[in-house]
Amino acid sequence: MSQKKSKIACKKDSYITPEKKSKMLIPYAVLCELTHRCPLSCPYCSNPLQLEMKSNEVSTEVWKKALSEAVKLGILQAHFSGGEPTARKDLEELIKHAAKEGLYTNLITSGVLVNEDRLKKLYDSGLDHVQISIQDTDPENSEKIAGFKGHNKKIEVCKLVRKVGLPLTINSVMHRQNLHNLKSMIELAVNLDAERLEVAQVQYYGWALKNQTAFLPTREQLDNATKIVEEARIKYKGVLAIDYVVPDYYAKKPKSCMGGWGRQFLNITPAGKVLPCHAAESLTFLDFDNIKDKPLSWIWEHSESFNRFRGVDWMPEPCRSCDRREIDWGGCRCQAFALTGNADAADPACEFSPYRNVLEEPLSKAGTVTPKFIYRKF
Amino acid sequence: MCLKKLESKIMGELIQLKLEDIPKLPRHAKLRYDEARKKWIINAPERVFELDEIAAEIIQMLDGNSSINQIIDKLVMKFEEAPREQISKDVTVMLQSLADKGFVIK
Repeated sequence: MSQKKSKIACKKDSYITPEKKSKMLIPYAVLCELTHRCPLSCPYCSNPLQLEMKSNEVSTEVWKKALSEAVKLGILQAHFSGGEPTARKDLEELIKHAAKEGLYTNLITSGVLVNEDRLKKLYDSGLDHVQISIQDTDPENSEKIAGFKGHNKKIEVCKLVRKVGLPLTINSVMHRQNLHNLKSMIELAVNLDAERLEVAQVQYYGWALKNQTAFLPTREQLDNATKIVEEARIKYKGVLAIDYVVPDYYAKKPKSCMGGWGRQFLNITPAGKVLPCHAAESLTFLDFDNIKDKPLSWIWEHSESFNRFRGVDWMPEPCRSCDRREIDWGGCRCQAFALTGNADAADPACEFSPYRNVLEEPLSKAGTVTPKFIYRKF
Repeated sequence: MCLKKLESKIMGELIQLKLEDIPKLPRHAKLRYDEARKKWIINAPERVFELDEIAAEIIQMLDGNSSINQIIDKLVMKFEEAPREQISKDVTVMLQSLADKGFVIK
């Protein structure tokens, strides 16, 4: 507890009002979720439980306007995601527009809908980078997790990405049902000539929270995975960069979710809603502004949703006086709301959270039972 | 990727920069001046490197023709007050650290 007391002694002048701070903040990246349509139905999908129908998707012109406004706001990178973004026929046009505006463009895809010709067109449109998800190295398990028979197609498309000359990241969402293949996933990424591998442990929101018992690894599995990643980082230094996201249920400190609410990042949904993170619609009490109605810069600076948890003024104790309040920014608001019903509460992943005990039940179940997946569906 | 290329990468051939090597940014790393932040930056997958003045000077000289030695020569001419030894050290340390992360190749 002595550590906590020293935190209270922090100087008051480090509190800066959200208004003042927002003028200094320039976002780095925008995640454009072009559609929620996807042939896969991964049970940990980061899309919201309530998916947008095609009829609600915003038009090419609205997306182009949003991308131009993003550049004016100082955004450097545009990630085109979904759902499956290649399901949109205007993807090339949007990438061309983003590249012309000077954005670094990244395509986040399952790969199953593209062929060499489409990849060449994307390359010619100015695409900078491709990220492909692989659910497991074991084809049968990979297809079971994705709820779609497309494993071999994914591997083939990874090769085509390199063939047309695009840089490649493999994204592997890891959990209790595929962690035993982590080593072979790393080898696969090296063999596919990927520059980068994301080893992302499942984060429990939306669909993943519904399937938590099926996914949450045991402490032993997690420690083993961490060791494998550390060894691989040394072995493949300069060959393969590995980004590693651990499940925060096992952490003492919460993650700095999105680098802080409304600080670095914004997300645009298929319907044009602008969110501080892709899970923010789970905060059902917030209204989100739409790019069809308001300029992106106004939404970033002035919208109620972006200012609601920006900075430190919204924080109750123990966050408010914590000396890490501007490091982890109170952790994740969506997790706090989902697990405690109070979006202002300290993230239960923090050891100082009064709600820490809500993690005990899921952790005690980890590795004991394996329920059937609840697949993502409309 | 063929095994030979892979092995050479792992053995450090590609990442151990020498003075006569011609360093360059790989395709996935793009240098640009950012008007909003008034800084040179490198865009890379899910990363942005904000460069300080020295790093920006060095990275702008990666033209695909100049060796590390030639880059040092040019910087020595430009910054007359700094000793060559210091410039050489700054250049090699920075480029090697970017090479270790896969953001500089030769």
